[in-house]
Amino acid sequence: MSNSPSELSRRTVLRRAAVAGALAVPAVSFLAACSDDDKGGDTGGTAKTPTNPFGMKEDATVEVVIFDGGYGQKYATDGLEPNFKTAWPKATVKHTATQDITALVQPRFQGGNPPEFVNNSGTKSMDFGALVADEQLADLTELWDAPSVDDPNKKVRDTVFAGTVDAGSFNGKPFVLYYVSTVFGIWHSGKLFKDNGWEAPKDWAGFLALCEKIKAKGITPYGYAGANAAYYQWNVILVQAAKIGGGDILKNIDNLEDGAWTNEAVVKAASAWGTLASKGYINPAFEGLKHTEVQLQQNQYKLAMYPSGDWLEGEQAATTPKDFEYQLAPVPAYDGSDKLSPGAVRSAAGEGYFVSKSSANKAAGLEFMRQMLSKKSARAFTEITEAHAPTVVAGASDGFAFPAGVKSSQAALAAAGKDVVTLFFDGWYQDLDKEARAATNELMFGRIDGKAWAERIQKKADAIKKDASITKFKR
Amino acid sequence: MRHGKYPFVAGFLFLPVLLYVTFVIYPTLRTFYISMTAWRGFSVAPKWIGFDNYKQLFDDDRFWQAIKHHLELLVALPLITIAVALFFAFLLNVGGGSKGGVRTGVWGSKFYRVVFFLPQVLAIAIVGVMFQTVYRPDNTGLVNGVLTKLGFDPVALLVNKNTALWAIMFVAIWQAIGFYVVLFSAGMASIPAEIYEAAELDGASRFSLFFRVTLPLLWDTIQVAWVYLGIAAFDFFALVNVLAQDGGYGGPDGATTTLATELYYAASKSKLGYASAIGVVLFFLTLTFAALTLRVTKRETIEY
Repeated sequence: MSNSPSELSRRTVLRRAAVAGALAVPAVSFLAACSDDDKGGDTGGTAKTPTNPFGMKEDATVEVVIFDGGYGQKYATDGLEPNFKTAWPKATVKHTATQDITALVQPRFQGGNPPEFVNNSGTKSMDFGALVADEQLADLTELWDAPSVDDPNKKVRDTVFAGTVDAGSFNGKPFVLYYVSTVFGIWHSGKLFKDNGWEAPKDWAGFLALCEKIKAKGITPYGYAGANAAYYQWNVILVQAAKIGGGDILKNIDNLEDGAWTNEAVVKAASAWGTLASKGYINPAFEGLKHTEVQLQQNQYKLAMYPSGDWLEGEQAATTPKDFEYQLAPVPAYDGSDKLSPGAVRSAAGEGYFVSKSSANKAAGLEFMRQMLSKKSARAFTEITEAHAPTVVAGASDGFAFPAGVKSSQAALAAAGKDVVTLFFDGWYQDLDKEARAATNELMFGRIDGKAWAERIQKKADAIKKDASITKFKR
Repeated sequence: MRHGKYPFVAGFLFLPVLLYVTFVIYPTLRTFYISMTAWRGFSVAPKWIGFDNYKQLFDDDRFWQAIKHHLELLVALPLITIAVALFFAFLLNVGGGSKGGVRTGVWGSKFYRVVFFLPQVLAIAIVGVMFQTVYRPDNTGLVNGVLTKLGFDPVALLVNKNTALWAIMFVAIWQAIGFYVVLFSAGMASIPAEIYEAAELDGASRFSLFFRVTLPLLWDTIQVAWVYLGIAAFDFFALVNVLAQDGGYGGPDGATTTLATELYYAASKSKLGYASAIGVVLFFLTLTFAALTLRVTKRETIEY
């Protein structure tokens, strides 16, 4: 995730969202009809055994399409594919990498001969919801229930972080593997904070006090990019709301429960963040800037705190001073009466992979996916990619020397313990995400207050709930 | 000769017609068909849903927002562009007075001609990226760099809902003017010098030269320009995509959205049926506009 394709790596994370839900895919209701037959189960296969759980033919060819974006393709050619070959010496891997997944893969679906294994990511990725609705993806239940590579007594689903299977499920059925573990929070420069004797604030009063100190130094205390990254900010507001009122706050929002947005905790958090503009803690010009422009200001020590996911360090590698030392801190808690611990964070799995249902060697595609979930392959991913991103495979990166930023985000995740929250609504209902972004810019740049913010988004949520043409999701 | 004429003509036409049918007629008809389906781009047989996409479209606020923007563009874009381009073309070709009975442009007109045409040579995406920098809302932007130096508060033209569309339209006009200056210059060059001479002998001022001679004789060219610009107003996409808030999706809050923007986003979310429906609407709007303009502006051509 280093230099120019960084835009893409951000998208990969977006993809998670775009994923977690099936997007506004009116057709997901077909799912029920589609996937129970699973006739593809033994396509191109032989007998199923514990070491060959999908019955893959030993000399099968598996076509692997990799998105050559933030994570590059080297992790596949130098890591995943050699490891697969070691396990299956007679098999052939046909490797392709592209930045335009849609252009390469979509015609193959229309032609009825899709590649077995696809890393569907980047700005030009295909819509997962549409793929699921059109019954193009292999049901991964079989994969998650198969014995794992490292320990045949353990199912694959028990070797990955909790929530991984759910993140790639569509109304209960798993279709997508999200491979990279992502933590969200607020970034600062370890050097800047150390030099000034500042510390990441724990609660809201501490946050405001710190902002005042930073402002006194002539640095913009806090900011996000209004032009295209307003969702970073609603994420912050909602995570704080979850700390105030508990994880169910977000669950209710995802499930479109009545009054989920106008809940007291959400309004309290929004009102708090909405005061930053009037206090001069946020630069009004940020509303018209893009994420890279604001991130650059942080790298130039003109901005102290910036909310984002932990892909940021890799994305900014080229413009970050050597001694900048990225540090991720959890979103500040509100006060002592919060329901979750101050260290609670939002974490999710990102970067999607799927196996095509109607490909010639579906079993080989599933086997490739099983192999990539081994500790050895997962570690190779973390070591080879420039972002050194940890994967969802538990324990795979133990002892690996992460760069400062990822190290801090991993530490935050560990410290959060069971207080890890997640949300999916932006992927399920894109119109709601759009509305939340627009409202968040209004709030953060001082045109409406927290209550009006919540009511505006609630109105949209209610409209979506009433609209029968939009498929609903539950978690 | 007469005998084999039709096979001969048809023989020549066969290839172009084949290409035209394959690459224009067929895709157009196919779009009509897809707009009646719930196609998402993967299945071989799209599901037929009749006019549902259109119903959904006409219920969508953003669609009407886009239509409103097209109407604004349709009036402002041609009007301003043509007015400014005509003015410049007149100055460059006729405005300088006459030398030895030949009308010339103002001093330095050869240089200005190049300057005006320059933006036209730049790709539209590059122009967009350039204006991102011009409009940037802090003091690193061109406009605000100057404003803050002069002690004014910075303005966020693309962020403010009331100015965003106009800011983008300004870029379109800035880019288009050069082409129309050249177009009108060519038109003016074909106006016979004797007419100007005669008018001048009768004591016509530059003002009446322009309105009484140049404008009527250029009418055909202006009409063509109007149709071009009108179509450009319907086709307004690239600049919005590069410059608008919300990652190019017609932001802030839909204040700069156009049909093409809506189409692009629908297509990128695999709503291909819906996107096709927008395409069909756009097709008919553009067609209607072109036909209407040609009809309304029809005048008797002056032979000279």
